[in-house]
Amino acid sequence: MEIANIIFYVFIGITLMSALFIMLTKNILYSAFALIATFLGMAGIFILLGAEFLAITQILVYVGGILILIVFGIMLTNRGKSTKVDSGIYNQFYGILIAAGFFYLLARGIRAADFAGMAWMTKSAAGPSSTKQIGMTVMTDYVLVFEVIGILLLVALIGAVRIAGHTREEVDHAD
Amino acid sequence: MPIDVLLYLGAALFCIGLAVVVTRKNAIAVLIGIELMLNAANLNLVAFSRFDSDELQGQVFALFVITVAAAEAAVALAIVVKVYQYFQTADLDQINELKG
Repeated sequence: MEIANIIFYVFIGITLMSALFIMLTKNILYSAFALIATFLGMAGIFILLGAEFLAITQILVYVGGILILIVFGIMLTNRGKSTKVDSGIYNQFYGILIAAGFFYLLARGIRAADFAGMAWMTKSAAGPSSTKQIGMTVMTDYVLVFEVIGILLLVALIGAVRIAGHTREEVDHAD
Repeated sequence: MPIDVLLYLGAALFCIGLAVVVTRKNAIAVLIGIELMLNAANLNLVAFSRFDSDELQGQVFALFVITVAAAEAAVALAIVVKVYQYFQTADLDQINELKG
């Protein structure tokens, strides 16, 4: 149990450090790379929380999909200006003040709520793996939501291609 | 694994995402901040789902949040790329015309 706790805090450290790096660095490409570390740390925490399927989904969708999209977006929106992809940090004082104040509010709420002392917290986690159970739940209780989310994803991806791509007229008049 | 630590981590990630969204002008940097905030919400859902011994509602909801986040990122980046082609910049302060 001790070793699991150490790994847990290591993952928390990775997540927090890389998230702070995203906030402090000026280079957008570096912050995209730090986002990979954040997502991987989150996936590790998910595994330790008994959500293996979600951890794998996190790695596949975020690291394999969204991060690639973001890097392509950086590539396509920084053409030919210089070798650096810097974005200035503006309103630093007020931004960090707002974030710190909001964190203070949330932390006070968490402290006041005292979730660890509640009765239902004691009957902790089920089995070590929840993958089979999550499959059963998604395919029975939440099957309608599952189908709707599939259609939403299809519509969004077709819409994204339609927005970003050239129309037929633009292709015809390209040269 | 104490739940309070996870909740504090989720709150910290959310606030860092908020700070990134507020302090950046580049559209893609703002998008990165939004992804961080979505992930913080997911962390809370999974953390509470661990104490929900047989229903797994939190994990299922987090799964749907990930899916919607993927759709959102795809559409947002498509719009950013198109806006860059039109305005030749991804700086949100300079994109202030509705009809050019």
